Amino acid sequence: MPANRFNGYSEYGVGIGLRIPHYQHIFEKKPVVDWFEIISENFMVDGGRPLYVLDQILDRYRVVQHGVSMYFGSAEPLNREHLRRLKTLVKRTKTPWLTDHLCWGSVDGRYSHDLLPMPYTFEAAKKTAQKIREARDFLEVPICVENVSSYAEFHASEMTEWEFLTEVVEDADCGILLDVNNIYVSSRNHSFDPMDYINNVPHERVAQIHIAGHSKFEKYILDTHDHAPIDPVWKLYGKTIELIGPTATLLEWDDLIPSFDEVHNEALKAKKFQRVKPPAQSGDAAPISPYAKSGSYVAEKARI
Amino acid sequence: MNLEEIQRAVLGVIQQPLTASEGMRKRTLDGKPIKKIVDAIIKPNDRLTSFERLEIYNRVYWFRLISSLAEDYQGLHSVIGRRNFEKLLVAYLRDCPSESFTLRNLGSRLEVWLRDRPQFAPRRHRIAVDMVRLEWADIDVFDSDERPKLTEAELRNLGDDPVFHLQPYLRLLDLAYPVDDLLLKIREQQEQQEEQEKDIASNVVMEREPHNRRKRFSLPRPKKTYLAVHRQEMNVYFKRLEPEAFALLGALQQGKHLSEAIEASVEWSNRNVTHVTGNLHGWFANWSKLGWFCRA
Repeated sequence: MPANRFNGYSEYGVGIGLRIPHYQHIFEKKPVVDWFEIISENFMVDGGRPLYVLDQILDRYRVVQHGVSMYFGSAEPLNREHLRRLKTLVKRTKTPWLTDHLCWGSVDGRYSHDLLPMPYTFEAAKKTAQKIREARDFLEVPICVENVSSYAEFHASEMTEWEFLTEVVEDADCGILLDVNNIYVSSRNHSFDPMDYINNVPHERVAQIHIAGHSKFEKYILDTHDHAPIDPVWKLYGKTIELIGPTATLLEWDDLIPSFDEVHNEALKAKKFQRVKPPAQSGDAAPISPYAKSGSYVAEKARI
Repeated sequence: MNLEEIQRAVLGVIQQPLTASEGMRKRTLDGKPIKKIVDAIIKPNDRLTSFERLEIYNRVYWFRLISSLAEDYQGLHSVIGRRNFEKLLVAYLRDCPSESFTLRNLGSRLEVWLRDRPQFAPRRHRIAVDMVRLEWADIDVFDSDERPKLTEAELRNLGDDPVFHLQPYLRLLDLAYPVDDLLLKIREQQEQQEEQEKDIASNVVMEREPHNRRKRFSLPRPKKTYLAVHRQEMNVYFKRLEPEAFALLGALQQGKHLSEAIEASVEWSNRNVTHVTGNLHGWFANWSKLGWFCRA
C-alpha cells in the first residue's frame, strides 16, 4: 500500500542500502536519493565514526532502519540490551518504521548471526507475535517483519510460509516488509508458485518491499545480494505492485558492490513498475516457474 | 518437539565444526549421529537430503564467523601464520560461540581464551596475545563513547588535587612486544594490496579482502611497550607512553586523585618522585591537546 499505518503513512519511493563503498560519492556528490536503508546493528554503538557518518546522512536524507538480529522467532525472550540500544538509535534516526526478519537465530543467548527459517507452527506464530508486540511497545515505532529466503523446511510445520506470515502479522498487528527476491528464491528451493505467496499475504499490511540479486547453484539458490535482480524477480515485483499499489521499495546490494550510480540506477528501475495503476483485483497472475530457495543474509558489521 | 527443542537441536548441529573438506560432520563432537538428529527435524526435497539442506546453514555459519574474525585479527594472522590461525579461530568459536547480537563483539573473549592456550600460537604465544589485545582495543576504541572535552578554563579551575575524567574511548595497554609498529606495517601492506586489486578490477569495489595472499613479516624482538589506543577525528591511533606516564594515566583512569595517581606512578615505576612531577606539565599539556580529559 502506498501509505499505511505500518510505514507511518509515508510515501518513500525507491531507496538503496547505505553502504561503505558509497560514502565518499554520497558526501561529495550529494546525489538525490528518495531514502536510505541502514543496517541498525552497524550503528548501535556508543560513538565514533559510525554515528558521525550517520548524523551527516540524517542531515540530508530520509533513513529507515533495517535490523538483522532481533530474532523475533527465537524461543528465548528478547535481548533487553539489544532493545535498549535499538531504541537509542530509533530516537536518533526518527525512522518512521522499523524492519527486521521473520526468523530465528539464537538459543540460550548464543547467536548464529544467520536468518534461520521458522518451523511454521501455531506455537511458533503465537510466540513470535508476542515478541513483536513487546518490541513495538518498547520501541514505540511501527514494526514490519520481512520474509526470509530459506534452504530447509521442518517436519513440524503445520502451514505454508505465507500462512505463517499472515498468522504472525495478524496476531501481532504489525506490517510486512515483503522481500520479492526472497519469495522467488524460496519458491525455487521449495517448489511452490511465488504468486501463491504474493496473492495470499495481507496486502494492506505491506509497508515496504525489498528486491535483490541471488546466486543459482546446481541444487539450490542462495540469496547473495551480490548482483542486480534478475528479470523474473523484476516481473514478480511488477505483479506485486499491480496487486498492492506503489510501495516504498529498497534494492539490497551487499557484496561485490558496484558504483553508487550503478546501484541507484538499478533501483530506479522500480519506478517504471510503480507508475502502473493497480487493477481492482488480480489474483490470476501468470506463475513464475518454480525453483528452489535459499536464506537471505544482509551484511552486518561495518568498519566505517 | 516444541519450538525451543527444535531450535536448540538445529543450532547445536549448525555450530558443529566442519570437516576438513568443509562439509557437515557425521557425528557431533560428543558422538551423536547428526543424520539421525537432522532427519527427525528437517524435510528432504527432490534434490537435497535433510542432511544436505542443513549442511548449507552449517557451512554458512562457519564461513561467516571465520570471515568476520579474520577481518578483525589480520595482525594475529600474520603473527601465527595461516594454518595456526585457521585452527585457532575454529577452536575459539567452538569454545566461545557468539553471545552478542553483533559480530563486532565476536572477538571480545579471544584474549582471555588465548592466554590459557599457548598451543594455538606455538613459539609465539606472548606476541600473539599482545597482538590480540591491540586488535581488540582498536575495535573497541573505534566506536566507543566520547564525552565533551574539558576546556582550558575548566582544567584551570579543577582545584589543587582534582580527579580527572578520561575519555571513555581511551585504552591503556602494557605490551611485551612492540606490536603497534608491526600492525601498522601489516595494514599498510594490506592497503597496498587492496589498491592493486582495485586497479585490476576498477569497475568493481570490493568490500572484503581474501585472506590467503599474505606477505610474511619478520617479528619484532621483545621490548616493553606502553601504549595508549585513542581516537582523533574519528580515526584510531596508537601512542607510545613513558612507563611513568602510563602508570599515572592508569591510576587516573581508576578514579584516583592526582596526588594518589602520582604516588601510584612513582611506586609502580620505581622512579624518583621528582622525575614524575617534573614531567607532569608536559604530559598534561599533551593529553589535554589530544582531548583525553573530559567532563564527568
